[in-house]
Amino acid sequence: MKKLILGLFMTVLPALALAAGPSVPLDTMEADHTNNASLQRGAATFMNYCAGCHSMEYARYKRVSDDLEIPAELFEENLIFTGAKIGELMEIGMDKDQAADWFGNAPPDLTLVSRVRGDDWLYSYFRAFYKDETRPLGVNNAVFDNVGMPHVMVEQQGLCAVPPKIGSNPSVDPLSGNVRGTDICEDWAIEGTMEPGEFNQAMYDLTNFLSYMGDPIKVERERLGILVLIFVAVFFIFAYLLNREYWKDVH
Amino acid sequence: MNKLINWVDERLPIVEAWNKHLAKYYAPKNFNVWYFFGSLAMLVLVNQLVTGIWLTMSYNPSAEGAFASVEYIMRDVEWGWLLRYLHSTGASAFFVVVYLHMFRGLMYGSYQKPRELIWIFGMLIYLVLMAEAFMGYLLPWGQMSYWGAQVIVNLFGAIPVIGDDLSLWIRGDYLISGITLNRFFALHVVALPIVLLGLVVLHILALHEVGSNNPDGIDIKKNKDENGIPKDGIPFHPYYTVHDLLGVAVFFFVFFLVVFFFPEMGGLFLEKPNFEPANALKTPDHIAPVWYFTPFYAMLRAVTVDLFGLDAKFWGVVVMGAAIAILFVLPWLDRSPVRSIRYKGWLSKIALAIFAVSFVILGYLGIVPATEGRTLVAQILTTFYFLYFILMPFYTRMEKTKPVPERVTG
Repeated sequence: MKKLILGLFMTVLPALALAAGPSVPLDTMEADHTNNASLQRGAATFMNYCAGCHSMEYARYKRVSDDLEIPAELFEENLIFTGAKIGELMEIGMDKDQAADWFGNAPPDLTLVSRVRGDDWLYSYFRAFYKDETRPLGVNNAVFDNVGMPHVMVEQQGLCAVPPKIGSNPSVDPLSGNVRGTDICEDWAIEGTMEPGEFNQAMYDLTNFLSYMGDPIKVERERLGILVLIFVAVFFIFAYLLNREYWKDVH
Repeated sequence: MNKLINWVDERLPIVEAWNKHLAKYYAPKNFNVWYFFGSLAMLVLVNQLVTGIWLTMSYNPSAEGAFASVEYIMRDVEWGWLLRYLHSTGASAFFVVVYLHMFRGLMYGSYQKPRELIWIFGMLIYLVLMAEAFMGYLLPWGQMSYWGAQVIVNLFGAIPVIGDDLSLWIRGDYLISGITLNRFFALHVVALPIVLLGLVVLHILALHEVGSNNPDGIDIKKNKDENGIPKDGIPFHPYYTVHDLLGVAVFFFVFFLVVFFFPEMGGLFLEKPNFEPANALKTPDHIAPVWYFTPFYAMLRAVTVDLFGLDAKFWGVVVMGAAIAILFVLPWLDRSPVRSIRYKGWLSKIALAIFAVSFVILGYLGIVPATEGRTLVAQILTTFYFLYFILMPFYTRMEKTKPVPERVTG
C-alpha cells in the first residue's frame, strides 16, 4: 500500500518539501462576526502589525469599512497605509521575490487564511511564539514549527522562554465561566506591555477579524437563510394541501 | 390562448407531446419516497445550468486569474456568493440524488427487461456527470483542484505503452497548467452539458416508451380498463406534478440549509486546501477527491499487488474502471423472475444490503488517509462490491421468490 501511495505521489509531485507537519492540540475560540467592536479592534491590529507584509488582495478596503461600520474618512486616515484609494484591493508594496529572500517564503496572502487553517489554529498560532536561538530570527512557534515569521507582537506579548502550553487547558472554566489558563507561558524571557489576558483578547479580536475576512457574507447569509427556510416551510404546507386535494380521488 | 395553442399545434405537435409525456402519461399510483429523486435530479440539473451560466459571466478561465475571479464573484459580484454556493452545493446534491435514484433502480429492479436502455442511458448520464464534476472542480484553481486533477489525470499514465502520452494529451501540457484549465472550462460549460442534456432526453423518452416501474415491480399495462388505461395508472400530470412539489419542498429545505449555513459541509463539499491558490511547488498534506468519487478512489488504492509485470497502480485503475463498467451490464446479470426486492428471496436482500453498506464505507475510506488496516478493509469491501454483480446470475436464480400480486399494493 505504502508503495502504491508513494508511487502515486512520486509521479505527481514535483516537490514534497513544504508539506506541513502533524496536527497539534489547539486552543479554541468562537468567532463572532456580529461583534463590530471586536472586529474593529482586530482590523486595527491587522493594519498596524500585519499589513506591512501580508496582503488581502481579494478584498477591498471599502467592504471592510462598510461591514465594520468604520466611517470611510476615518478608515482612509487611520487604516490605509499604502496610499491606496478606499475602493481598491488590499494589496501591499512588498516585492514577493525579495520577501522570499528575507523570510525563506514570501508572506502569504491572508484573505482566506481562516478558511484554510481554521480560527482555532490562528488563535493558537498568534500566541505560541517562543524564544529559540537556533532559529534565524531567534523565535520559533509551538503551533507552526520552524516558522519563518518573526514574532511581530513581541513588544505586547513579551517573549516566552519555553514553548507555550497551547491546547492544554479548556479555555473557559465550566463552573465559574471565567476564562482559565490565560497565562500559557511559564517563564518569560521578555516581559510584554500587555497582561496575558489583555493579549489574548487582542489576538481573539485579530482572529475574529481574519475569520470575518475569510467569509464576509456569513452574517447576511445566515440571516437570509432563516427567511429562505421559513419560505420553504410555508411552501411545503401549501404543497402538502394541494397534493392532498388532488390525491383524494386516487384509491 | 386556445387560438394560439391551435395555431402552434397545427405546425408543431405540442398538444400531443404534452399528453404523451404529462397529461396522459400513466404512471403507477404506488410510487413511494424513492421515486422523488428522478425529478429532483432534473431540478438540480436546472440549478446547475442556470447558476453555471451566471458564474461564467464573471469567471476568468486562466491560471493567473481563475482563483481571484472566484473570490471576485464571492465578494464583489452582487449575489455572486449565492450563485457560487448554489452551484457548488448543487454539484454534491446532484450526486446525492443520483446515487439514491440509482439505488432505487437496484431495489425495485427498474433496469430489468424492458427497461435496459433506460438503465444504460442513466449510466451514461452518471459517467458524463462524473466527468463534468471532475472538470468543474479544477476551475476554482485552488490547491485541491490542482492536485486532485493532477492525481486523476496521472491515473491514465498507468496504462501501459500509451499511458504517458495519453495523460499528456489530456492535460495539453507536462503538468496541469492554464492550458488544462482552459480546455476543462470549455468541456465543462459547453461540451459536456450538451451531451448531458441529450442523454437526459433519451433517458426520459426511453422511459415514457415502456412506462415507469414501481415498488412492486408489476407491469401495470397488463391490467387495463375498457378505455385502454392501466387500472393502476394515474396521469403524471397533475397527480405526480403536485406530488413532486412536496419532494421539491423537502429537498429545498435540506439544500438551502447547506447553502446558507454549511456551504463547505465541513470540508466535504468545499475542501479546505481549495481556499489556497493552486501552487505547483507545494503539495497539500493529504489529497482526496470530493466525496462522490471516494468509493472508487478507495477501490483504486485497495489494489496493492503488481500482476503480470504490470504496476499495481494500473490494476487499480482497471478495478476502478471495472467497478463502473459492470453497472452497465446489470440488466443481464439479474436472472430473477421478479423485479422488486419485495418479492425476491433473502439472498438478494442480503446481497443488496452488503453492497450498499460496502459502497458507503468505501466512500469513507476514500476520504481518510490510507493505513494498512484500512487498506485491508477496502480490499474486502471491493471484493463484496464485485461479488454483488458477479454472483447475481446465480443467487437471483437459486433463491425462492415470493408470488407477485396482480395489482399494485399501496
